[in-house]
Amino acid sequence: MSGLEDLYREIILDHYRNPRNRGELACPPARRAEGFNPLCGDEIVVYLDVDAQGRVSDVKIAGQGCSISQSSASMMSAAVKGRTLDEVRALNRAFKALMTIHESRLEHDEGDGSGTDTPVPDPAVDLGDLAALQGVVRFPVRIKCATLAWNTLTTGLEELAPSA
Amino acid sequence: MAAMSPVADLPSRLDVLDVAAIRAEFPIFERCRRRPLVYLDSAASSQKPRAVIQAMAGYYESCHANVHRGVYALAEEATSRYEQARAAVGRFIHAPSTREVVFTKNATEALNLVAFAWGRANLGRGDVVVLTEMEHHANLVPWLMVAEQVGVELRYLGITDEGHLDLSRLEATLEGAKVVALTAMSNVLGTLNPVRRVADAAHDAGAVVVVDASQYVPHLPTDVTALGADFLAFTGHKMLGPTGIGVLWGREAVLEAMPPFLGGGEMIRDVRLDGYTPNELPWKFEAGTPPIAEAVGLAAAIEVLDGIGMDAVRAHEMALTGYALGALDARFGSDLVVHGPRTPGDRGGVLSFGFKDVHPHDVAQVLDESGICVRAGHHCAKPLLRRLGVSATTRASWYLYNDESDVEALAQALDACSDLFCL
Ligand SMILES: Cc1ncc(COP(=O)(O)O)c(C=O)c1O
Repeated sequence: MSGLEDLYREIILDHYRNPRNRGELACPPARRAEGFNPLCGDEIVVYLDVDAQGRVSDVKIAGQGCSISQSSASMMSAAVKGRTLDEVRALNRAFKALMTIHESRLEHDEGDGSGTDTPVPDPAVDLGDLAALQGVVRFPVRIKCATLAWNTLTTGLEELAPSA
Repeated sequence: MAAMSPVADLPSRLDVLDVAAIRAEFPIFERCRRRPLVYLDSAASSQKPRAVIQAMAGYYESCHANVHRGVYALAEEATSRYEQARAAVGRFIHAPSTREVVFTKNATEALNLVAFAWGRANLGRGDVVVLTEMEHHANLVPWLMVAEQVGVELRYLGITDEGHLDLSRLEATLEGAKVVALTAMSNVLGTLNPVRRVADAAHDAGAVVVVDASQYVPHLPTDVTALGADFLAFTGHKMLGPTGIGVLWGREAVLEAMPPFLGGGEMIRDVRLDGYTPNELPWKFEAGTPPIAEAVGLAAAIEVLDGIGMDAVRAHEMALTGYALGALDARFGSDLVVHGPRTPGDRGGVLSFGFKDVHPHDVAQVLDESGICVRAGHHCAKPLLRRLGVSATTRASWYLYNDESDVEALAQALDACSDLFCL
């Protein structure tokens, strides 16, 4: 069962059963972005309030889907709330890097990534709970579930300001 | 409702097949990664018996050449194997003539052939095409494309809450229709549709009847004339055969009267710089080098199915469906919601369900951990899933190599699923 326990870590199941920041925000002033995984029908709606200082003052998540997509969205909402847009983008990059770590690297070492062209996680960015989703990379079809919320958020951010 | 099924009166017995002996003929069941393989996804694609694998390898080892082209003996042999396969397919579905059997790449291509070759020649703006709400995308998107290009009007036969076709407005819906295209068996609900009844009404309305038999031909005795079809499409890989080959059967007169689909070698009798003359049936519809080894493989698959007997296959699957419905209901009650008819006689061996609040992706993932292969998703029938009010289902489907032990494994793994996701 080790593979499955790696995928469904307790913290993931906790976010799935008790999703954080569930709901909607009035638009405007909030931004709304919608993401869809046509393969499995997972659906995420991200509501984003950004204050005058460029900080995510509030975030809400709606939609439905599997435990991975929903818990990832929940973790994301907790991670970005109160952050500046630059910090959110850094988190996004770090999370994408986590999702693209090559399997062989996972198996052999968590090391320096030399010799591969996959993104290297930035050690300066603390992913917090999100790091628990690392097990997903062993289940390639589920990676899209894990990244759906982040892709949706990126869409929302792109409308807000050109990324640095 | 049970009376709607033309096959409900076949016997239903779990001892008609020697499943252990059958499984022994399928090398894939020797695969054992931590756990033995529990394959419950035959509606997506069936496994292959040794006879099929060997027939294809044997063909390549001893008799491959291009067909219909060489004068040398080897090419003659290859051509003869290919044409024998066509004859075997024709016999299997009781086609009045072998000339009516067209090989395609899969059912999807066969249905596209009808929509585009027949459709383009026979449909104009405002013409009515009738489909059903339970069609696979393969029998839906080609017609949507034709609608986009030609401007035909699409009408749909809906479904009842139990997953049967709603025929209460059949005649009114068919009024003025030029085509009625329907699935003989739903790949999501398992529903066996009353094809003959719809076909008779369609013919009365002057429409041509297109039957998607992708889930039907592999599992039930098929007689194209008895079904009342004008076209009937199915796919090799769901009936023990290889991928890369499908079949379009069409009534000879209808095929004769329509233009070719794809152009190229094989499908012509003569080509000039200013035009071409199409070949005769069925080659008129087979442009380019066909799937020769695949045809040989499909013929081998048909021989296996014939050896066992399609009546026996149906009886076994109907009994196993009854067993599964009963066993899952007894174990999980209302926690497991089965979509589609509750009567085994009304359905094939396809069981789509919702399990508690667990997402089908998660169900399939946990089941995989127990070596159980099921499908999770929309099963290429998005309008149907919308009608059912779900975005995805988990689907278990069986065939002649499955038995009660597979259903038991499924039930046990669902318990594990429950433990993991439900508090
Ligand atoms: C009802 C039905 N129609 C058509 C198809 C298409 O078959 P293929 O992908 O082999 O063309 C399928 C299988 O996926 C099916 O279940």
